[in-house]
Amino acid sequence: MQRSKGSTITPMLSSQLGNRNPSWRARMGRWLQHGDRIWRTALLVASLLTVLLVLMIAWEIWTGSTLSRHEFGWNFLLPWVESVWNPALDRFQAWPAIYGSLITSLIALALAVPFSVAIAIFLSELAPPVLRTPLNTMVEMLAAVPSVVYGLWGIYVFLPVVVTPIGRVLAASVGSVPGLSLLFAGPMPVSGTSRLAAALILTFMVTPTIASVSREVLQAIPRSQREASLALGATPWETVWKVLLPYGLSGILGAVILGFGRAIGETMAVTMVIGNVSGSGYSVLRPGYTMASIIANEFAEAVSDMHTSALIEIALILFVVTIILNVIARWLVASVNRKTMGS
Amino acid sequence: MPQDLFAQIDLPRVYRRRRFLNDVALSLTGVAVALAVIPLVWIVVYVFLKGMQNINLDFFIHLPQAMGTTGGGVTNAIQGSIVMVLVAVVVAIPIALLVAFYLLFHPQTLLGQILRFSTDLLAGVPSIVIGLFGYAILVVPFKHFSALAGGLVLAMIMLPIVIRSAEEMLKLVPKELREGALALGAPEWKTSLSVVLVAALEGIVTGVMLAIARATGETAPLLFTALGNEHYNVVAYVRQGISQHQSIFQILHKILAEPTDALPLTLWKYAQQPYPERVAQSWTVALVLMFFVLALNIGARSWLARKRRQTRG
Repeated sequence: MQRSKGSTITPMLSSQLGNRNPSWRARMGRWLQHGDRIWRTALLVASLLTVLLVLMIAWEIWTGSTLSRHEFGWNFLLPWVESVWNPALDRFQAWPAIYGSLITSLIALALAVPFSVAIAIFLSELAPPVLRTPLNTMVEMLAAVPSVVYGLWGIYVFLPVVVTPIGRVLAASVGSVPGLSLLFAGPMPVSGTSRLAAALILTFMVTPTIASVSREVLQAIPRSQREASLALGATPWETVWKVLLPYGLSGILGAVILGFGRAIGETMAVTMVIGNVSGSGYSVLRPGYTMASIIANEFAEAVSDMHTSALIEIALILFVVTIILNVIARWLVASVNRKTMGS
Repeated sequence: MPQDLFAQIDLPRVYRRRRFLNDVALSLTGVAVALAVIPLVWIVVYVFLKGMQNINLDFFIHLPQAMGTTGGGVTNAIQGSIVMVLVAVVVAIPIALLVAFYLLFHPQTLLGQILRFSTDLLAGVPSIVIGLFGYAILVVPFKHFSALAGGLVLAMIMLPIVIRSAEEMLKLVPKELREGALALGAPEWKTSLSVVLVAALEGIVTGVMLAIARATGETAPLLFTALGNEHYNVVAYVRQGISQHQSIFQILHKILAEPTDALPLTLWKYAQQPYPERVAQSWTVALVLMFFVLALNIGARSWLARKRRQTRG
């Protein structure tokens, strides 16, 4: 707002001074508002480009999946007991991949949430200042390790050492219990590649996301809440459990949903440990696919247009799901800040 | 907590139980932190030990050998990563800074809000989807995979990260600085670039470093854009170009228009090959990649923390 004044002053001054025939450069400079016209155009163009980029992504995957959307309709998405993903016959249903994404992400969340919230509590409420920064950095480094490195470590270390033994025990114990056998039927492949392996690796990958957002939520809670609770005689734990967690609940929920978005979109590590097989039932001990891993694994080799189009439709599902999750999560996290400002 | 005070009194049972619960629950949160650190330490130490076995000069300066033979290096991947990250930096950072300034000047306008929403969406889109998009608009029309396509896709990954951190940092610059410069008659662009930007520079550089670390480790978007190329060698292209008296554009074209390898891409391919030499090399690639990414992360964070302490003090 202040800048427009500057631009109106210049012509007035020059006319008062009687400079009727300014040089070409001076006139050009005035017309450009001494460069501000270019500057503002550049800002606007860059901003529009960014918005356009998102619209183009949506448009490309919408048009790219036309073939598959018309051919298969809603059947592509709906859960069927017997789903087909058959490039040879050009018949595609995404349910096995959707199921794989859901089950691996949900197991990962179920394992990661208690841990992450505990880490957030420790880092925001308990850790002595000397330890706070290094521990915080270490937790964030867990998120910084590239996904492929998790995958490599997963294949050669984590799977044989941890996942295969767990898988054997699960298959032997609950694998034959009626009802549970649907989820825990063995045998797990010797290499350990399975939905369970993907879920466990994802646990490591989403923990830092949930922990650091939850920590920020807890730290945003006003000090007065803690002081009031402690002054009433509550122990520190009672303060955390009965005051801070309820206060920050929506924000922590937002953090969990953000973690869910991260888990669903995670590609490389999952592709390396899940085995990449379609249609192998519902057992977590068996190999499978996720939405992201089926794209990573098959897109380069897709020959028919229908196969390509079906994979792009899976990308469309991923895109829509992550948009919805991100919107909800951000709204929830922001609601804690609104509450704090309101009080 | 004045817990020692409690210890001296003979407390009723309910107090003791509350204290016990308090101690147990709080120690459990400490245990959770310790458990979370285990996988990090495990990965870092294991990758370090495995990777160090194969590290030597050849690894950095030689092209890969034929499969099944020992020796050779991954200079193609190292050079490819450098080229593509450079392309991403050159494209993403100016745009991201302009967008951040736009958000600073117009936080509440309609376009400002749409822009913030788009940035959040872009940050949330899975990188594999961005890779598919890059394939559709950067590879299909030109009919070949290229370093340029890979670099531009990485730019899309970096864009939202840099926009967000730059906006935060620009917002922290006191308004008086800007007003002072404008009052002295400086045009808005000059005020923005030589006063506001400079004041926020440290924070912005930190954000850029984190974005570079993220882009360097990304594999999924490169699968269908850079593809991989075991003969990619910028040094040889430049040398050959000079000896044949090619123009700089011809050499640049050769560098940017070829299919290209990258460290994470090489790691992904080598890890799944049945040749033990390649798997052994993939651990070294992991070590180089992880060292670079973690060093950038830790460096950026500690630098920013130190600057913050200085300004506060």
